Amino acid sequence: MSGTESSEQVPAPPPGRSYILEVDRLKKSFGGIAALRDGQFRLAAGSVHALCGGNGAGKSTFLSIIMGIQQRDDGIIRLDGKAVSFAKPAEALAAGIAIIEQELSPLMDLTVAENIFLGREYPGKFAGIDFAAMNRDAHKLLEQLGFDINPKALMRSLSIGQIQLVEIAKALSHEARIIIMDEPTSALGEREVDSLLEAIKRLKAQGKGIIYVSHRLSEIFDIVDTYTVFRDGAFVDSGPISSIDRRKLINMIVGRELRDEFIKENQPQSKTRLEVRRLSRLGKLSDVSFDLRAGEILGLYGLLGAGRTEILECIFGLDRSWTGEIRVDGISRKLANPSQAIRVGFALVTEDRKQTGLITDATVRSNLSLSVLRQLSPRGVVDARKETKWALDMIKRFRIKTATDRLPVSSLSGGNQQKVVIGRCYLTEPKILLFDEPTRGVDVGAKREIYGIMSDFAAAGGSIIMTSGEVEEILGMSDRVVVIRNGAVSGILDRARANQETLVHLAT
Amino acid sequence: MTNEGGGLVVSARPTRDWSRFHTARTLLKSYGIVSAFVVLCVSLSFVSNYFLEIGNILDVLRQTSINGILAIGMTFVILTRGIDLSVGSLAAFSGIVGASLATSSSVAGVPGSPYFAPAAILVGILSTTMIGSISGGVVSCFRIPPFVVTLGMLSIARGLTLLYSGGLPIPRLTPSFRWIGTGDIAGIPVPIFVLLVVFVLSWWTLSRTRFGRYVYATGGNPRAATTSGINVSRIRLLVYVISGATAGLAGIILAARTGSGLPQAGISYELDAIAAVVIGGTSLSGGIGSVTGTLFGALIIGVMNNGLDLLGVDSNYQQIFKGLMIVGAVMLDSTRRSDDH
Repeated sequence: MSGTESSEQVPAPPPGRSYILEVDRLKKSFGGIAALRDGQFRLAAGSVHALCGGNGAGKSTFLSIIMGIQQRDDGIIRLDGKAVSFAKPAEALAAGIAIIEQELSPLMDLTVAENIFLGREYPGKFAGIDFAAMNRDAHKLLEQLGFDINPKALMRSLSIGQIQLVEIAKALSHEARIIIMDEPTSALGEREVDSLLEAIKRLKAQGKGIIYVSHRLSEIFDIVDTYTVFRDGAFVDSGPISSIDRRKLINMIVGRELRDEFIKENQPQSKTRLEVRRLSRLGKLSDVSFDLRAGEILGLYGLLGAGRTEILECIFGLDRSWTGEIRVDGISRKLANPSQAIRVGFALVTEDRKQTGLITDATVRSNLSLSVLRQLSPRGVVDARKETKWALDMIKRFRIKTATDRLPVSSLSGGNQQKVVIGRCYLTEPKILLFDEPTRGVDVGAKREIYGIMSDFAAAGGSIIMTSGEVEEILGMSDRVVVIRNGAVSGILDRARANQETLVHLAT
Repeated sequence: MTNEGGGLVVSARPTRDWSRFHTARTLLKSYGIVSAFVVLCVSLSFVSNYFLEIGNILDVLRQTSINGILAIGMTFVILTRGIDLSVGSLAAFSGIVGASLATSSSVAGVPGSPYFAPAAILVGILSTTMIGSISGGVVSCFRIPPFVVTLGMLSIARGLTLLYSGGLPIPRLTPSFRWIGTGDIAGIPVPIFVLLVVFVLSWWTLSRTRFGRYVYATGGNPRAATTSGINVSRIRLLVYVISGATAGLAGIILAARTGSGLPQAGISYELDAIAAVVIGGTSLSGGIGSVTGTLFGALIIGVMNNGLDLLGVDSNYQQIFKGLMIVGAVMLDSTRRSDDH
């Protein structure tokens, strides 16, 4: 649809650079529901541009139209000033738009080079594959990006962070001009994030444009040049990142003034709930010791693979091969399985709710009641009315956004899914909540609600151990922080004495 | 990428869905198997005059009952992401064991004596229930894939059957034993009643009891189930016990109908059972499905075979049609699920 150019509020491109991508008045509806009402976007060459917005803001719809996965209903997309329209993803890819997905799906039993050139293998003699040339080019690509990875290594031998770097290299090998990065650092450790940042700098220097999507606000302030905020399917604001601060960005994303981001207010009590002594597990943990008091939130900070999840799994009875001692309310326990752990008063919210937290095909109600079916079925038959009541109570209490409790849980947004997991834990009336990355993949508004839930739990006398890779989250929510490095405790800090530098220093 | 926009998910247990746009599609997908069955029956009634005759209907139901019982037990196993390839052999085994206790002829050289029929039936079923518990035990304790374990058990049980019977049939079964296969109650064949009872019990167990929830949870996401405090190993064991029991029951009925215990009975029966389960909408990746679907899956196979018979179609075509239906059902299932992603 032709029409007049964009409104006056569109900023001019930075001097000496042009806009690679211009989008105006983008509209898309699904079955009468508008997912995108007014998509506006400007990407300058050689810049990193953050696309911010909560769930339902329209980010995914916007990106899928740009990538040719969906067709727009209205609006105009311009690539280097020329109007374009992509009927399928291959066209977008050919036009130079590539995406680095959030969900990784590498072929684990093939090499790095084979993964990078999947589907575009170099033909060799006798209808074979020219591995030598492929490996050479893969090596060159990885070197250019500054990734220290051997192209002949099997994907299975790489760490999760390295796998993500390979996926990034793969996307970049398509000679794209516009690169969309969707939560690229979710699986990366500190060193790998540095590699990624270096790679981004090089891409900028080459004049490429990067659209950066992330819920991690601190990253956004570190990495991007400009930002655009969507809310409720429409453009809200854009501009240089230096012109706003964290609080303003959050307010724009959520649409209202959020008083405090992290709200742990109560003081921990003096009663010790949990004592972990010399917890060791062959190959993973050595001599981990710490205490947990009632009303306290204990943060577990460390790099990926440091052993934080393993600590939680040992405490919760998912792992029995540990030595040492775990005392709950003074009583020494060696829990053989989660069922025992739940009875003792623990509950675990796992790191990856889709893989290990929820039954995605089941309803919200069924997921909520999963841990308390025994109480709901005294003679083996489930009391459906009681189950519904408990489920609805929990939905109301945590403000889980779902039209009915009988919807499949997979149709909920990430934040609401996480609340369902938390709700399931709450129904067991736990005394100690174990959170593994409580707000991973959760948007700002829901994050705040989850922090509220955690704070209320502590204020009522419960105890929480939470792991997190986000320094702000750890610093904001924990009363004390236990830093884990290579399976051992490298330091325990009080909230007052903990800051980003000390934590990172202790963790690396 | 997050799931924004209109991608509404459909699960096999129909969730009441208020969105007009999706209601019709949802209903069709959830109740598709029943609609398919109705369409099939209606078409056949036009094509053949004999289809709706009461004798024919009873015939179809009676012939479906053995596969139906096997398939209902198989549903429990498949719901937990497992599979039981041994049910055909188990049916033969229970048939032989039950028959050996309900005949006056000698078994493998040992002179037999007929026992009280219910006792013979019970022992037959218990024998395969125990074998099922062995399969289940290996699957749940040693983490060996169910396909492999039950494939081995298929051969082992068949071998045991041949050993026990000396490779020979066991004829001249007592009338009271045979009643379970050939008798009738108020004009309706007994196997149909048995199928009905098994169906109602299974349906109630899966949809109303805690154990049923645990079965769905174990198949839907075993790790989430474990974290929630469910003893996934025990559930995995118990579903094979159930499968063994239903195989035993089916085997008894089969022997009773045939009039002899046949050591070669039940070959490939597991495949028909799996076909019924799959056509009925239960997913081989677990967590989704129902015995209602399985029952209709078995009925569709039975009605289709009957229809082809009535039309005088070469019975070899029945195999081809059955294969097409299996693939068709799974295709429908996967397009239904790919809508979610």
